[in-house]
Amino acid sequence: MDSGAPPLAIEARGLNLWYGSFQALHDVDLRIRSGIITSLIGPSGCGKSTFLRSVNRITERLGYVRTTGTIEVHGQDILAPGVELVQVRRKIGMVFQRPNPLPLSIRENVLFGWRLHREERGRPEPHECDEIVEGALRKVLLWDGVKDRLDLRATELSLEEQQKLCIARLLPMRPRVLLMDEPCSALDPKATEAVEELIWDLRGEFTIVIVTHNMAQARRASEECVFMLLGRVVEHGETGAMFVTPECRETADYIEGRYG
Amino acid sequence: MSANDGPVPHPPRGTPVPFPARADERDRAWFVDKVVQVLVFAGGISGIVCVVGIFVFVSREGFGFIAHTLDLREFFGSIAWRPTSDKRATYGILALLAGTASVTGLAMLVSVPFSIGAAIYIAEFARGKTREALKVLIELLAAIPSVVWGFIGLTMLNPLIIDVFNVPVGLCVLNAGVILGLMAAPIMTTIAEDALKAVPDGFREAAEAMGATRWQVVWRVVLPAAKQGLMAAVLLGVGRGFGETMAVLMASGHAINLPTSPFDQARALTATIAAELGEAEKGGDHYRALFTLGILLFSVTFAINLLADTFVRGRRKRGG
Repeated sequence: MDSGAPPLAIEARGLNLWYGSFQALHDVDLRIRSGIITSLIGPSGCGKSTFLRSVNRITERLGYVRTTGTIEVHGQDILAPGVELVQVRRKIGMVFQRPNPLPLSIRENVLFGWRLHREERGRPEPHECDEIVEGALRKVLLWDGVKDRLDLRATELSLEEQQKLCIARLLPMRPRVLLMDEPCSALDPKATEAVEELIWDLRGEFTIVIVTHNMAQARRASEECVFMLLGRVVEHGETGAMFVTPECRETADYIEGRYG
Repeated sequence: MSANDGPVPHPPRGTPVPFPARADERDRAWFVDKVVQVLVFAGGISGIVCVVGIFVFVSREGFGFIAHTLDLREFFGSIAWRPTSDKRATYGILALLAGTASVTGLAMLVSVPFSIGAAIYIAEFARGKTREALKVLIELLAAIPSVVWGFIGLTMLNPLIIDVFNVPVGLCVLNAGVILGLMAAPIMTTIAEDALKAVPDGFREAAEAMGATRWQVVWRVVLPAAKQGLMAAVLLGVGRGFGETMAVLMASGHAINLPTSPFDQARALTATIAAELGEAEKGGDHYRALFTLGILLFSVTFAINLLADTFVRGRRKRGG
């Protein structure tokens, strides 16, 4: 990968995806800029989550998924045959709709991914672990709330804390892209605000792609916006402009709530 | 009931909706409901009635013996089980306990790795037809009658052990342990698989999305999360081993002996009851001593099942 920050983080070309015989993505071409927040919007079943999930290749968990086309992430085609899935997923973190911390302690949750990808063998130094845990939790504004109960089972945290933890556990792997699949839809309004603020703070350092059903969220929390419909990209532009003067009729209709 | 016939015209807004029938009218559905409630209650309570009934029956025969004749120190401390001795009958169950424990212990050594491994394969790795075929096969394995297992121990494993280990007799702790292990494996596999299946898929997805391999997911996430259920599976297997009779009777050699090696013969508590009850004089000391063994077995399996149950409950309560 290049050392400088290239303008494009994700570039999908001619991406088609089938669930069995159902085609969920049709010839998707999408160029997502590095270091900004891009939101994917569209009605249910339009393929926005499918696109997001295929960038982490977590779609392949289902045995009946078939993909054609290319997805380049920082210049490397992650769908190429020789690519190591494990390395792809390490660099491209994923946050899910329902907070899904592992049934381990808070501490072990943060260290989980890092342990998987650590290159040196043997036990890690305790102070090294402590630094990683503190750094990651500070970054997601969770440290002060949980520093005295790091051995608590993560599933006992509030949903807001769980979701923040799910972001924190990606950071020690030093991902370049964070994919978020409706990260706030399981949260109450106050928690949504807190997590949104956190996501906003993380922009610049990471390329963030966020799928959302919430128009207001897309509008206030993203810099570019992609509108998808029936497995195709309809419109892609700067968020402010798209919400004020959408180019396509379908986009305007969706934004104004006429369907979806 | 007349109010239920045909569509009811929607009353205009504001007018109160009339009650469809007299409030105290009992129609057919009401009676059916009551009858079904009684039947279901009877079905549910019958389990409790049976357990209590069996316990009362076994204790009535056994407790008199415990109170009057039994010397507890001899009972648990002596290996001499000579209920039919002319001079002085002795009732020491130490050898029988050791026989049951050694056979069950060996059985667990055989079946725990197999069962947990099979459960992991079925729940986490196998897909589609392989998975279905394996599940059916394992259920079939559970349906083999225990006398058939005993038969296998007697006619197949016996000569095999004699050949391979060069020992005079192949009916021993090893033989019974292996047979019992194979018998306990299906139920353990099924319960362990349920425990693994109960682990929410979100955990697996989260770990995989971070780049964990399938095995890392199983080892670091699924197994720890299913720990309680797996413990329950093992315990139920132990309970099965403890209570099994016919196969152990046929494969263990059935000799009263404190086993010190896997090639020693042994005798189990259950097998003792099965072999001797028919010959014991009804109501006599020997007869009642066998019932005492029954009480012991009953208590131990009850305790094991209770423990397994608390594990399963713990798992449900913690939701993982």
